[in-house]
Amino acid sequence: MSDEMKCGIEIHQQLDTRKLFCSCGSELCDSGTEVCVRRLRPAAGETGETDRAALEQSKRGLAYRYQRCASSCLVETDDEPPHPVNADALETALTFAAMLGSDVADEIQFMRKIVVDGSNTSGFQRTSLIATGGSVDVNGRSIGVLSVCLEEDAARKIEARGDEVVYRLDRLGIPLIEVATAPDMRTPEEVMEVALRIGTLLRATKRVKRGIGTIREDLNISIPGGARIEIKGVQELRMLPDFVRGEIERQKMLLRVKGILAERGAREIPFEPVDATAAFEGCASKVVKGALDAGGRVVAVRLPGFHGVMNGDGGRLRLGAEMAQYARTAGVKGIFHSDELPNYGIEQALVDSLRGFLGIGPGEAFAICAAPEKRARDALAMAVGRANMALAGVPEETRDPQPDGTTRYSRPLPGAARMYPETDVPPEPVSEERMARVRSSLPELPEQTEARLARDYGVNGQQASQMVRRGRDALFARISDATGMAQAAATALSNTYSEMERDGLDPDSIGDEDVLEAFAMLKGGRFSKEAMPLILREMAAGSAPGAALSKLGLESVGEGDAAAEIARIVAERADFVRSKGTDAIGPLMGPVMGALRGRIDGKRASELLSEEIGKILSGA
Amino acid sequence: MSYSEELSKALSAAGAAEGALVEVSSNGRTHRGVLMPHHEFSSPDAVVLKLGSGYNIGVRMAEGSSIRVESPPPERRPARAEAHRSEGLPRIAIIGTGGTIASYVDYRTGAVHPAMTAEELVSAVPELRGAADLRARALFSVFSENMGVRHWQILAEAVAEELNAGADAAIIPHGTDTMGYTAAALSFMLEGLGKPVVLVGAQRSSDRPSSDAPSNLSAALRLCLEGGRAGVFVVMHDGLSDDSFAAHAGTRVRKMHTSRRDAFRSVNAKPVARIGADGISFSCPGSPAHGGRVSARCAMEERTVLLQYYPGMDPAVFGPVFEGSRGIVIAGSGLGHVGEAMVPLIKKARENGSVVAIASQCLGGSTNLNVYSTGRDMLSAGAIPVGDMLPETAYVKLMWALANSGSAEEAERIMAAPLASESGDRRETDV
Repeated sequence: MSDEMKCGIEIHQQLDTRKLFCSCGSELCDSGTEVCVRRLRPAAGETGETDRAALEQSKRGLAYRYQRCASSCLVETDDEPPHPVNADALETALTFAAMLGSDVADEIQFMRKIVVDGSNTSGFQRTSLIATGGSVDVNGRSIGVLSVCLEEDAARKIEARGDEVVYRLDRLGIPLIEVATAPDMRTPEEVMEVALRIGTLLRATKRVKRGIGTIREDLNISIPGGARIEIKGVQELRMLPDFVRGEIERQKMLLRVKGILAERGAREIPFEPVDATAAFEGCASKVVKGALDAGGRVVAVRLPGFHGVMNGDGGRLRLGAEMAQYARTAGVKGIFHSDELPNYGIEQALVDSLRGFLGIGPGEAFAICAAPEKRARDALAMAVGRANMALAGVPEETRDPQPDGTTRYSRPLPGAARMYPETDVPPEPVSEERMARVRSSLPELPEQTEARLARDYGVNGQQASQMVRRGRDALFARISDATGMAQAAATALSNTYSEMERDGLDPDSIGDEDVLEAFAMLKGGRFSKEAMPLILREMAAGSAPGAALSKLGLESVGEGDAAAEIARIVAERADFVRSKGTDAIGPLMGPVMGALRGRIDGKRASELLSEEIGKILSGA
Repeated sequence: MSYSEELSKALSAAGAAEGALVEVSSNGRTHRGVLMPHHEFSSPDAVVLKLGSGYNIGVRMAEGSSIRVESPPPERRPARAEAHRSEGLPRIAIIGTGGTIASYVDYRTGAVHPAMTAEELVSAVPELRGAADLRARALFSVFSENMGVRHWQILAEAVAEELNAGADAAIIPHGTDTMGYTAAALSFMLEGLGKPVVLVGAQRSSDRPSSDAPSNLSAALRLCLEGGRAGVFVVMHDGLSDDSFAAHAGTRVRKMHTSRRDAFRSVNAKPVARIGADGISFSCPGSPAHGGRVSARCAMEERTVLLQYYPGMDPAVFGPVFEGSRGIVIAGSGLGHVGEAMVPLIKKARENGSVVAIASQCLGGSTNLNVYSTGRDMLSAGAIPVGDMLPETAYVKLMWALANSGSAEEAERIMAAPLASESGDRRETDV
């Protein structure tokens, strides 16, 4: 696939420090209370003029409601100037840059990157370029690094309703390391390998957050003849190849559409909306009926030359979906286009009469939108605009990843970002002495850590590599040092945790101290090691170790109780035991462990069973 | 901090001016970007470049480093400022003074200009257009900590001139640090004021998307157009949100927080009005706008001081200050007290024909020098308590009273009687 695609990634990793420009903690919270309502407006540029598009957006009059948590402060609401940059976060960024062999700036300057969607209370994101250049080696290939930045995370979007968007301030200001690679990756699999490697290097600094949402990837993908597309905010690493493959296919499809349109001599469509409400009287479509009942209109546009590319070739040509995604940015649920009709309660007779109404022949393309009139017109203007872009091929876009591996149009790629200095934060000089100090105390590389785990704790290579890759090696070492149960800890933190993740549980949500406590309980004989997976699952669901144990009823049984239970099981099957002799041990282990699983060590259970069988056979 | 001598020389030898596209080689690395202004906190041997990505970085210049100019700075297009005149609508004079509300950044160089003109400010807030005939003029361009008595006088005269020339109201964008003082000064200087004069500021500069300048300006304009009240007011955010604003009496208002949007509060009084999405609600009758002529009585006695009493205040240190002043305002402790060692200074100042006015550093509540013996000694010495007047307002008023009266006794009588709602007899329980 090497000459078919170019892909670079940007990885955003949250750091486990206090916030970048205030002294608030960086934990997320489950609920918030409203603290203020704000509006943002684009600031006038250097010419004193305000950006037209941005002004248009602010005219939509969106109000941003911000929720505070216990940890919120005035810096977060933009009511106090930023404090000096968090020293731990900066040190981590310098360390990471040194690990990549990047060239660290002599003086770090914080910038304001204008963002007016409400996700930053200030209307800009504070960001700084820490270093440029460097590389990461993956499977023998050297992937170039373009930049390492240190920036603040945005507020968390809680919900959007009508003209309001609700954000929570807990995530705003959490330090992020952003590392951008060169477009050096050539296969979808390589993209994931590189992301994994960079993630592992980040975790090697020991200062990064773990768990869902703490690391996010952006993909930059293009194919020859296509365009640069940014897929922003992929949270699941294993889905990266799907997004890459899907994007390559999408761009190829759009190039095919371009070819078809050129062959037909299709030309730019003027935007000429027609009110077609009259043609839809008594229409059975729920969407149309709902819109008309609410006082809306059905607006239609002609799309000469676009038949069969909006949805054609057995669903392989899908320009219609792209047009609908653009239309939705105007606030409608969607549009209908002629390639997908009759359908959705709009029958052939209606389609025919609509063509008559629009004065176009059978087979000619059109699109309709049923919504409040202005919104319907705006939506179709977006759709027609998108159709026209297809004449030129692939438009540059930012796209949102969807859980099913597809992406949706989000907004045009930002132009040269409007950045200007954050005058409230003094520049941070980085002396040669400081960098020499950083370089002389770099953290252990992942492969060195793996080797150490194998050497010092006797862990097998696969478990060691898995724990290191997932940043669980430090916890493993703590458990092993405290309890001496290295093997049980390695099994729990690699195999058990993987199984839990496959079942949709988040093992990283369990606090380190709780895991340590669970192992202390295991060592103290409170339960058997067979019970550990069940207890960890219960802990991932939110229980403390002790509570998990009693909730599951997995407390160890005493020797006497266990022997009595086994005696009961054997007695119930005395005939079977007599007929099989000592061979009965194997078959009876099933019912015994069924009754005592997790409450007694398996080996001890087998011994007790053997004793009880012996008693029966000796006629005692 | 500026550049080191060597770097200065190297830059001028290379002909590298701010805004020029340069290539810098230092320490084996080469960077290309636009030369940016040198930050005060930047190291003296570093140049700051804006790279193609938009990021700035500092590059330390050492021996053997070189700088080469690729292209000179582009010419700066002058900002376009349109007039927004529309005959027939209420005419509003916008009189610019500078401050955060008028600060903006040059995106090319990153320098912050405190000199946005009133005209530019109006251009930057399109919502203001269409509702009024806005006539903007820039009087000064200063941060308010640099304003003084002379600025108040020029401003009062400019306001009177605009109002007498037919403006229906005046809006004064102002730095917030001393906006309360200016508001008090205008309150006393503008005699016969029959129209609204509204000072408005911003706690976040106008170059930020989150600036409170546009919404505060809009609220100020609404007070002028819909309020129907005459007087000097300060309009700012009422809370942290962009949807509610408070109009404060010019003599009652104080900046009570260093950075919050709702830093301005009325003290010992309710805000005159709250301005929200659903209209303006007034808390008191006030004086209706009548549109008569206003005169500016601007004389001020500048030999006036404002002191805050503190434990251990040394009469030896302050004796010369008292002697050199015709007016002395002391923000006393509690009900208005000073330590007994200071009482003789008051007596001596009074004997010299100076006026000693007493306010309280508690801010909330009124002075009362009858309760404790120290207070009674201060009264005997000739101190004049000013009730629940803010110390800053008392300072401004005393300057005005001394300059606009024939004797210390007359000035004292002026201090005792409210002229512009600056003090009151009642402190309500819900304020």
